[in-house]
Amino acid sequence: MCLAIPGKIVELDPGQPHLGTVEVTGVRRKVDLGLLQEEMPVIGDWVLIHVGFAMTKISEQDALEQMHLLTMLGETEQAMEEVRGYGLEQRGGP
Amino acid sequence: MAHGAGGKASRRLVEGLFAPLLFESTRAPLGDAAHVRIDGSRIAITTDSFVVKPLKFPGGSIGELAVNGTMNDLAVSGAKGQAMVVTFVLEEGLPTSVLEGEVRAMAAALHKAGVTMVGGDTKVVERGKADGMYITTTAIGCLMSQVTIDTQSVRPGDKILLSGPIGDHGITILLARGELDLAADLSSDTRCVLQLVEAMVEQAGPGVRWMRDPTRGGVATSLNELARDCGLGIALREEEIPMRDEVRGACELLGLDPLHIANEGQFLAVVAPEYADAALNALHQTEGGEDALIIGEVRAEPACAVLVTTRYGGSRIVDMLVGDPLPRIC
Amino acid sequence: MRYVDEFRDPELITKASDEIHRLAASGKHYRIMEVCGGHTHAIYRFGLKDILPSNIELIHGPGCPVCVLPMGRIDDGLAVAKNGDVIFAAFGDMMRVPGTHGSPFEHKARGTDVRIVYSPADALQLARRHPDKHVMFFAIGFETTAPSTALTLMRAKAESVKNFSVFCNHVTIIPAIRAILDSPDMRLDGFIGPGHVSTVIGCRPYEWIARNEGKPVVTSGFEPLDLLQSIVMLLRQLQAGQARVENQYKRVVPWEGNRAALKAMAEVFQLRPYFEWRGLGFISQSALKIRDEYAEWDAEQRFQISGTRVTDPKAAQCGEVLKGVLKPAQCKLFGKECTPERPIGALMVSTEGSCAAYYNYEHRKAAALVTSIGSVA
Repeated sequence: MCLAIPGKIVELDPGQPHLGTVEVTGVRRKVDLGLLQEEMPVIGDWVLIHVGFAMTKISEQDALEQMHLLTMLGETEQAMEEVRGYGLEQRGGP
Repeated sequence: MAHGAGGKASRRLVEGLFAPLLFESTRAPLGDAAHVRIDGSRIAITTDSFVVKPLKFPGGSIGELAVNGTMNDLAVSGAKGQAMVVTFVLEEGLPTSVLEGEVRAMAAALHKAGVTMVGGDTKVVERGKADGMYITTTAIGCLMSQVTIDTQSVRPGDKILLSGPIGDHGITILLARGELDLAADLSSDTRCVLQLVEAMVEQAGPGVRWMRDPTRGGVATSLNELARDCGLGIALREEEIPMRDEVRGACELLGLDPLHIANEGQFLAVVAPEYADAALNALHQTEGGEDALIIGEVRAEPACAVLVTTRYGGSRIVDMLVGDPLPRIC
Repeated sequence: MRYVDEFRDPELITKASDEIHRLAASGKHYRIMEVCGGHTHAIYRFGLKDILPSNIELIHGPGCPVCVLPMGRIDDGLAVAKNGDVIFAAFGDMMRVPGTHGSPFEHKARGTDVRIVYSPADALQLARRHPDKHVMFFAIGFETTAPSTALTLMRAKAESVKNFSVFCNHVTIIPAIRAILDSPDMRLDGFIGPGHVSTVIGCRPYEWIARNEGKPVVTSGFEPLDLLQSIVMLLRQLQAGQARVENQYKRVVPWEGNRAALKAMAEVFQLRPYFEWRGLGFISQSALKIRDEYAEWDAEQRFQISGTRVTDPKAAQCGEVLKGVLKPAQCKLFGKECTPERPIGALMVSTEGSCAAYYNYEHRKAAALVTSIGSVA
């Protein structure tokens, strides 16, 4: 469940600290930052938005790591196949 | 209420109630406009009502929609609108300045579209009815000789052409209503597409099988109607479907499918493959047609359905709209 | 779109799909449940079933808050709104859900003031803007949405907005998963764990599934790459004979959850002793109700809602489909009496309900193919 979309914080209002404006590819909406009280986002941070509330900050680091893991998918196996191809495993030999 | 949204319910109303009682003599599938023979000449005629809240929105207003929408219905039926009549249903208490604004907007749109307003009627109803104003426009015109629209001539292999990015109008209206508190730099795409259609027909007329303007219900509804009328399947490529970032963002945020969102300045065309390049070139060289592209093709299957495929091989059927597109949170 | 497009990269999707095919090559039949309705929707929307091998069966779980809401609750909510001074505010998802006397939209057509809101904060704003009316927010959702309702109630109280109340139908996910696992008809190998619920509750609450039931759980994101990567992670665990909780959605889900969100929920809500779930029956400690400190903003207390119980139509098999025991197409009413245009049960209305998802995406594909074959033969 739960449609939640990543958006970037583009505006903060010192007069209303619990609100921030996020932008999702050109669409802007005020969101409530009350659930991020313990680590308030700053301008430029990316947050996950659900029903007008920011649920969590998005970790660029973790996203990059995940992309890296995905790019590597199958590569270990490919490397193994290459090694097997050299006939180094001595299964009856060439 | 769902009956006005342009999708399945609207179609049931038209086919189930109106057609058998009112359109007895018409055996052809219902299209955007009717072509009638009067004293040996073939004339196209169409009518449309315009109901929109708010009356004025970024990129246009109800008056412009009323002129462009009806001209577009004629254009996609292969006809050039030449004379128009209008009826206004006005809500008591509507400020004169608002009415004047709309009339001016209409005059400008008429001029741009090259069509003359030759008559009309006005009624006033009680405060609380008519959302300010309702406008109905009816237009007639001559058929373009180089093209014959016929769903029965559609064949597997025909290309699906789209004139430009989708979703601008519907999302603009949604945002303009102010209920969802979203802001974006978007305007309605309302415009008369006659010139574009004429340019395409001039270069590729013999290859144009079908056209439609995807208004209420969006591209998905129009293409589903085509699929059902011709008994074939339509395959679209998800990555080819053009839309502005703001439309994409608003749809993601609200959980809407851009294929169901209304457009007021775009048209779809089914073109025989040997004419597709000529059709596209003609559009690219006409002002306003630079973004035209091919988004898919007609196939034998899945019959009577529209299939959207992704580059990685996933696919889904896109149905006609049921009711209005609703934002969702789940 | 950032943090979205990257996870829809077609080349990486193909790579992930290849890896899944490789891992599943043994031909063993895997039954994996995705708990969350949002995952069900994503699977269909991105056509992921087309690229998975046929021996991986994805079973749809009950994580659709609209689907599990008993009809009586909708009736009760709409009954309050019959009063001309009440505005019934709810998410778009609720608008076509059938009550005994029609859906919220149908009530709107008959004169009830029904409004769609995107956020509970928007409902509170409506109350501020219409001091002469009472705005009742019909709250639904799992733990993803509950904290936002909680914060909104806290704000309403802090500002003394008197013409606002919440009709609370928030439910919790763990009891639903427990009900699935307790079901004798269910045989599952692993779970694709809820993504956004986990941003609030974290990953710890799923540990008993791994530890006591021996089933691996991978909390997953909603993009195609997220789901495919989660399936890779599950298959790897299953083949190694492991059962652990893993977090695939690391960029967004903190292992410990969101403390501020949990605090807000604890401040405003308490667990009901039991709550009726459509199809799953009464489950204890599975739903939230508003605490007495917020009684003034609790629609159930303010409007003395009695709690109507409405039994589902006998022929409708919503319960079995919700539990994953039946596939949507196996329900006797599917596609005939019950369609998205004329839904009998909420699973056909909610976009993430398995019946609607299956009908809109799969059923029409299959039916169209049948038509094609028929016309060619």
